[in-house]
Amino acid sequence: MNQSVSQLIQRLLGSMLLLLLLLVSQPGFSLTTDKLEPLLKKSTWSQLEQVVISLTNEGSDASQTVLEHWLNGRLFVVKKQKQLVYAEKTPEKKYRIYDLLSSDELGTVKKRALKKVRINNQLRSVLKTALASWDLKSKNPDTRKKAIYASLKTLDNKTLNAFHVMRANEKNKKVLSALDVALSLHTFQTAKGAAQLEAIHVLTDFNHPYVRSELAASLADTSSTELAQSIRVALAEIDQRQQYYGMAESVFFGLSLGSVLLLSAIGLAITFGVMGVINMAHGEMMMLGAYTTFVIQSVFPNLIDQSLFIAIPMAFLVAGAAGVLIERLVIRHLYGRPLETLLATFGISLILQQAVRTIFSPLNQEVATPSWMSGSWIINEALSLTWNRLYIVGFSLLIFFALLFVMRYTRFGLNIRAVTQNRAMASSMGIPTGKMDALTFGLGSGIAGVAGVALSQLTNVGPNLGQNYIIDSFMVVVFGGVGSLWGTLVAAMGLGVVNKFLEPWAGAVVAKILVLVFIILFIQKRPRGLFALKGRAVEG
Amino acid sequence: MKTKIKKISRSLIWASVATASLSFSAMTQAADTIKVGVLHSLSGTMAISETTLKDTVLMMVEEQNKNGGILGKKLEAVVVDPASDWPLFAEKARELLVKEKVDVIFGGWTSVSRKSVLPVVEELNGLMFYPVQYEGEESSKNVFYTGAAPNQQAIPAVDYLMSEEGGSVDRFVLAGTDYVYPRTTNKILESYLKAKGIKDADIMINYTPFGHSDWQTIVSDIKKFGNAGKKTAVISTINGDANVPFYKELGNQGVSAEDIPVIAFSVGEEELSGIDTGPLVGHLAAWNYFMSAESDANDEFIDAWQAFIKDEDRVSNDPMEATYIGFNMWAEAVEKAGTTDVDDVRSAMYGISVPNLTGGTAVMNTNHHLTKPVLIGEIQDDGQFEIVWETKGGVIGDAWTDFLPESSKIVADWSAPVQCGNYNLETGVCSGQNY
Repeated sequence: MNQSVSQLIQRLLGSMLLLLLLLVSQPGFSLTTDKLEPLLKKSTWSQLEQVVISLTNEGSDASQTVLEHWLNGRLFVVKKQKQLVYAEKTPEKKYRIYDLLSSDELGTVKKRALKKVRINNQLRSVLKTALASWDLKSKNPDTRKKAIYASLKTLDNKTLNAFHVMRANEKNKKVLSALDVALSLHTFQTAKGAAQLEAIHVLTDFNHPYVRSELAASLADTSSTELAQSIRVALAEIDQRQQYYGMAESVFFGLSLGSVLLLSAIGLAITFGVMGVINMAHGEMMMLGAYTTFVIQSVFPNLIDQSLFIAIPMAFLVAGAAGVLIERLVIRHLYGRPLETLLATFGISLILQQAVRTIFSPLNQEVATPSWMSGSWIINEALSLTWNRLYIVGFSLLIFFALLFVMRYTRFGLNIRAVTQNRAMASSMGIPTGKMDALTFGLGSGIAGVAGVALSQLTNVGPNLGQNYIIDSFMVVVFGGVGSLWGTLVAAMGLGVVNKFLEPWAGAVVAKILVLVFIILFIQKRPRGLFALKGRAVEG
Repeated sequence: MKTKIKKISRSLIWASVATASLSFSAMTQAADTIKVGVLHSLSGTMAISETTLKDTVLMMVEEQNKNGGILGKKLEAVVVDPASDWPLFAEKARELLVKEKVDVIFGGWTSVSRKSVLPVVEELNGLMFYPVQYEGEESSKNVFYTGAAPNQQAIPAVDYLMSEEGGSVDRFVLAGTDYVYPRTTNKILESYLKAKGIKDADIMINYTPFGHSDWQTIVSDIKKFGNAGKKTAVISTINGDANVPFYKELGNQGVSAEDIPVIAFSVGEEELSGIDTGPLVGHLAAWNYFMSAESDANDEFIDAWQAFIKDEDRVSNDPMEATYIGFNMWAEAVEKAGTTDVDDVRSAMYGISVPNLTGGTAVMNTNHHLTKPVLIGEIQDDGQFEIVWETKGGVIGDAWTDFLPESSKIVADWSAPVQCGNYNLETGVCSGQNY
């Protein structure tokens, strides 16, 4: 919040200074009049495009401001006064409007008083290319690099001269290599003979998709065999490298699918794996966790970036409490009767779903993604990993090892294991078995709730959220070996990777079927799953 | 334990007495009311979309009653819940027609739910209004289709993309959920694209299961497919819940609308209300109505809707407009026929025209499909669409598409002399099927 205010002040001051300068140095400056006239009327797309071109040719900072606001959808016409303004949305769903040049605040109006200056995808790409000519001078190297790539498709002499000048003074390595791509690409397109071959040689080392498509396109209409040969070599090298990155990408996709499977299964590994309760309401515990995130975000609308850190413990408590309640009220009476447990928990899952429908509406709820989880980590032009998936892979492993630690090294974990392995003995040693059952079930449910927080970042938060994951989570636990936490980890990650390698080859539907068939066959051979528990505990 | 049972049985008795008295009062009312059946899922997976339509019908009934009802009689809505369970749709339709004796049914969303109701309404000669865009290849005597046929959504959308304004796209990804609507639509689109000179290598078709949530591989494939140098667009018939993770993944992998626009046929204002649309600005949807349409009728409708549902932020969408048009047409047809008799109302329906919400009029044709305009809207950061393109005038809904060889020679016409929903122009034979 503070940041945006200071940004605003900065911009305000900046534009005022600019205006002053303009008034002094350019008395004939005419941004507001005829050039912007088409924006006020219902103009055709090509007329609007002309406006962009004329503003770009003018090249002033004021033009840049107009184009930026336009691209970001903040440029409006006040219907009554026929005045161009830029506007920002207030939390009350109204619009605060600012003068285009002076950035003076002009008041707050309703949405209906404004008309947005039209924009479509064609115009957006024209605008982006136009803005690139300003971005080349930006202080941020990433912006400079993006600006260079944005102008790849429209390399003219003016831009090239600018690139040559830039190259002489540029120090940032990434920007330099982007400049190399642009300059070599231009040499490749225009030069002949040795210079062209040299350009191909340079281009081979780059992953930008436009480079590859240009090389491939020129292969069709080249007559020189030597040239064609070197293009082919370059293409083969690029393709081989991309195949390599494609493999890395598939592994990452697989691990990330695996982490989602792990998150959804790990709570079940406690309730079903350790306690032996067939808990059909497990998915709804995740749903409760996801709705907790939603509630936290609506209670603290200004803390979106921190909301997940509040939501994680809250979701654990909410889902855990629900779990304890279910165990005390229903499941406690049904131990040793798996079929009745299955039916009862299925009933609970339906009740919970309909309860959420009644309380929150049957519509999906919007859970915002914190800014640090949006976008992707761009390793190079061919390989980028999305942040949300990366964090979730890390988070699932964190949960897994935390749980492993609790089960193995704490008194609570020891008691859980004692009760599940030999109830009568544990009871005679003074462990309160009833209480332990409730707490264990609560732990499993609480972890499911935490998984729900993570899932709210990937998928819909709606009443059906749990249903979509319940089959997968049982599949993972059974495949990994009932009762084995390590088995759950290996099964989840293994199934994820296998699924993702099958998917491009067989399609999403068939890949899923193949995985299921494989598991069925595997279970025939090894009914106890990958990591079967051994010893007397199994018979008990 | 015994007292518990006693208690339960006592409350059971009370409940049955209450229901009996309720149905009794319904019976005494039956003579002077017109019954409107509402067959939309209120629980299960489809509740998310269909509950809204149930509320729309209830609102229309309430408004009609405020204006004096129809033929001097009050309307009475009978709501049942088919619970997103396809066979249950048929049972509930039968219950509405036989037990409740409704005069008209508004209902259905998925094609499979409609297909399961068809034999029932045909056997009992009921009247049903189906308000959702669908794959066509059907025209039942007893059903009026107020949603879009493929030529009122998919074909104009492709024309737009291939036009200069739409970006002169010449490479297409057809991505859909694996069921009848996307499969048929994509079959139609594929043959249309090929007729337009698009090569096989420039078409990628991809299907995913219902509720698919891991879009990483597919989005990455689309990105690679789109990087081949030609202008690429995605035509999405991805249904329901699967859209949110799909769009999230597009945003995260940095696929922007200027590079690879996605045009969707199943994403409306309602679907976007569960998602942060910031990264999606510029992606497209094709419908016959958008909430942002500028007309007085639309402003009135939205005000009435938000007042009825008591939520100022509630959105409206295309199937709601289709319900609105269908309901008004039916009301007018009943007035015109002077009776609620199904056959009379059906004949009165043909050629009837009512205002739509985008500032024009909708006309019911003898093939049981509407004439209405097609709009292309662009997603905005506030979850609304901005209309960037629209057809000049209305497009007549075509029950049997002209772009598949087996159905191009078939027409539907329920007026005399053809009176057939599946008439073969070449052989001059009506297939005999009702649909």
